[in-house]
Amino acid sequence: MSIKIIKNKCTGCGLCIKACPFGAISMQDKKAVIDIAKCTLCGACVQVCKFNAIEISRQQKKQQKGLEEYKGVWVFAEQRSGKISSVVFELLNKAQQLAKDLNTYVGAVLLGYNIKEKAGELIQRGAQKVFVTDMLQLKEYTAENYSNAIVKLIKKYKPEIFLAGATSCGRSLVSRIAVNLYAGLTADCTGLDIDPKEKILIQTRPAFGGNIMAQIVSPDNRPQMATVRHKVMQEAEIIPDARGEIIEENLTGEIIDNRVKFIKFIEEITSTVNLAEANIIVSGGRGLQGPENFKILKELAETLDAAIGASRAAVDSGWIPYSHQVGQTGRTVCPKVYFACGISGQIQHLVGMQSSKIIVAINKDPSAPIFKVANYGLVGDLFEIVPLLTKKFKEIRK
Amino acid sequence: MNIIVCIKQVPDTTDVKINPETNTLIREGVESIINPFDMYAIEEAVRLKERFSGTTTVITMGPPQADFALREAISLGIDQAVHLSDRSFAGSDTWATSYILSQAIKKIKDFDLIICGKQASDGDTAQVGPGIAAHLNLPQATYVRKIDKIETKGAKQTILVERLVEDGFEIVEIEMPCLITVVKEINEPRMPSLRGKMKAKKAQIPVWGKTEIGADSSKLGIEGSPTHVVKIFTPPQKQGGVVLEGEPEEITEKFVNDFKQYL
Repeated sequence: MSIKIIKNKCTGCGLCIKACPFGAISMQDKKAVIDIAKCTLCGACVQVCKFNAIEISRQQKKQQKGLEEYKGVWVFAEQRSGKISSVVFELLNKAQQLAKDLNTYVGAVLLGYNIKEKAGELIQRGAQKVFVTDMLQLKEYTAENYSNAIVKLIKKYKPEIFLAGATSCGRSLVSRIAVNLYAGLTADCTGLDIDPKEKILIQTRPAFGGNIMAQIVSPDNRPQMATVRHKVMQEAEIIPDARGEIIEENLTGEIIDNRVKFIKFIEEITSTVNLAEANIIVSGGRGLQGPENFKILKELAETLDAAIGASRAAVDSGWIPYSHQVGQTGRTVCPKVYFACGISGQIQHLVGMQSSKIIVAINKDPSAPIFKVANYGLVGDLFEIVPLLTKKFKEIRK
Repeated sequence: MNIIVCIKQVPDTTDVKINPETNTLIREGVESIINPFDMYAIEEAVRLKERFSGTTTVITMGPPQADFALREAISLGIDQAVHLSDRSFAGSDTWATSYILSQAIKKIKDFDLIICGKQASDGDTAQVGPGIAAHLNLPQATYVRKIDKIETKGAKQTILVERLVEDGFEIVEIEMPCLITVVKEINEPRMPSLRGKMKAKKAQIPVWGKTEIGADSSKLGIEGSPTHVVKIFTPPQKQGGVVLEGEPEEITEKFVNDFKQYL
């Protein structure tokens, strides 16, 4: 594996320097030079070069044997206390499109205790086969037991694609599965498509906080694994009389890892909706001036069935718990609508919310960077504007 | 208690600027920092060492300049560092990266706890921590916001932690040795001490390549990575938004009228 500049083709145009996300290319004597210590062989330069002057050579990789035996698009049916996470229904919608393009079936993996009856919900959302393992020890999620169980199922039934929600459970789980199976895994995909020629999964994901998009493939290993965040995909519709097959897979105690004990789950309800699942988020920052003023955001949030978010400034000042923090050192969210109230829009905040579909910024400083990413900017005092919004939305909702 | 902290050197995103003409990142002069989440991992290791004694070791995989990140970790109270650097590591995805780190950890051998940051700010995958645990067949707890207790139960040592999840938190007890990944809430990192800085300057940091860690060459770098990037592109820029200025009553009325179609 290597990268090289073909000197007689390079015109010194400099396009590759601009394209390199890693600052690894410089110009010396009007020819591009690659600093191999910085280069990660991502290929961004190869694509922008108009003169085909950059080449990445790659040794033929050892392809896993029997790839053609792998069939089906599987979704991990994450659940807590029998309630299936909404991201599962979003994934099932995408899985149906992928399965259609591949001419294969949609599968769902459901693990838990006394959970079999939930298979019906998955079938109504488009799963044609539901693989159920019902075991007391699987009642609560632990990454070890769940990954052991899923590895067994994958080895037996050989799905070609495996999707999971990019949740605190999904992300921690799939990485273990991928390592065990030597499978390719791509986090936080915003786009999943089938390459019409190669019939492989093309996974699109943001990198560098959404400043760059990357398309990733895992052509030589199966299953091709990906996680997707909440709200990126549309939910599958409910088809009440859909039919599907339930395959009960009894696993033995060998999948149980006794080194981990789930003790309990404590729900923290500081607002009615959690950030990951919210369609609308109302966030506050330094402009709120104090913890008591989150009250006016809460009123707007309640009117819109929204969750409450916060900037790092508000969290670090102790105005609201960390679990509400949106941004680089907090959560990444992509709701349909994001209200940024009194948030200036530092890059660390923007990377956590700029993929929201609609951004509404309320700030008294018209030069605040938040306005650059906002679909709607309201310049003014949030203490006047937010209550007015609450009032007007209440009237509409009536 | 012996602790290994895995860190990553990342570009300091506060400096990232976009070239408005080409819509690409301007990386010249961008400083590198320790991944923000890893700062909490370092601090937690130092605090645990202060309570239970033992040795703290920081490791990173990265190009020669990642040496700075290791020295910074030492200035913050970490005892020793190992730098994993080899041309054959370049282009590793999360599978190969976690393999390389796990091979180095096997070589270090004597440890009770591995701490990683929740995720890196440039890649954002949160896959490497659990990946290391899987390679080493260790139990794990991700998104840890608090260590409640570390106790000895017979021949076993266990750690009781709180993990942050979407709608609350879970309390989990795991047997050591194990791996945890931490979130910001766990602590408030200290500033480097003068003594630490002196120590960092003088520290001998071994560089391990694929031979030193006894790695299988077919599992490294681009060849060893199941995933690879086929295309990188800049997303279409957001259309210029509507900016409303004026009387609050007027602008909110205007906004709500236009916006209500989305409700």
